[in-house]
Amino acid sequence: MNFIKLLLVTFLYLVPVDTILAVEPDEVLTDLKLESRARDISANVRCVVCQNEPIDTSNSGVARDLRILIRERLLAGDSNKEVYKYLVDRYGNFILFKPPLTLSTALLWFMPLLVFSLGVVILVGVLKKASPSNKSRFSDTSNDTKVLDSLENKKGKK
Amino acid sequence: MRRFVFLVPLALSLIIGTFSVWGLLNDRNPSEIPSALINRSIPKFDLSPLPGLRTPGFSRDDLLNLKKVSVINFFASWCLPCRAEHQSLIKLSQNNEIVLAGINYKDINKDALDWLTDLGNPYTYVGNDFSGRTGIDWGITGVPETFIVNRDGKVVHRFSGPLVGVKFKEFKELLTQELR
Repeated sequence: MNFIKLLLVTFLYLVPVDTILAVEPDEVLTDLKLESRARDISANVRCVVCQNEPIDTSNSGVARDLRILIRERLLAGDSNKEVYKYLVDRYGNFILFKPPLTLSTALLWFMPLLVFSLGVVILVGVLKKASPSNKSRFSDTSNDTKVLDSLENKKGKK
Repeated sequence: MRRFVFLVPLALSLIIGTFSVWGLLNDRNPSEIPSALINRSIPKFDLSPLPGLRTPGFSRDDLLNLKKVSVINFFASWCLPCRAEHQSLIKLSQNNEIVLAGINYKDINKDALDWLTDLGNPYTYVGNDFSGRTGIDWGITGVPETFIVNRDGKVVHRFSGPLVGVKFKEFKELLTQELR
């Protein structure tokens, strides 16, 4: 029984996501190029009702209106950038899943780089300390030969 | 210096903890979308009146020509919270210093007429936004939503959700500030 359940769940995961999207047949443009651009854009636009979902998969009324609107803008000859601008003008940057680089989002964008640099600095520091070629302690070998010589002399005396 | 290295984890957890507590106790609502229209001139629109209603429709120019503080309220008969805030709007309509204008959002004509007859019509203008396109131009996420527009035709505040209780009080305070 459990095996059958497992099998069913596995098959569910294999269902291609495309078949369960919310775009309705009457919205689809006949121009395939424009349609694929519209799909690209709506995958990056946040639904303002169900907020962690792109409008591409959302069933809410506003999401549907926005999908139709995007297609209208594309038909009117707008570039993708212009469509995004049109939406941001009305709903703010909140509507974009990918936040644009501004002063207030700079920390967000550069944090990975900052953390990486910090890691490199710490790593270099730790490696320097642990390295056997640490010059301050090991570079001077003249003393070593003296000690060796004296030891060998003692050995010869015996 | 080395002696204090063991304090680093404690310090880190304190910093993270402070942010977490702030996130929990702060009464900010992370799902509330800030309006993109604040401090901007009202968007272009020209709405026809509701068929069968004597109250006229209105456009952007109509509002700009008034040179008065106006309150723009998006409502629909299918919207339950709108029913809740309707009494607040009736109260608001008694203030002659402001213009209260309604935008009927994606509604069936007859339902909207019945709504205004049954509950009373607080609006000086009622525009018909059946397509919801004007709603998108105002950046609304649902109904009810209410905007305060100053004398220069700039959007100064946006309220999402019904104007009842504390929210209505806050709304009235901000409106009074605008009227000064």
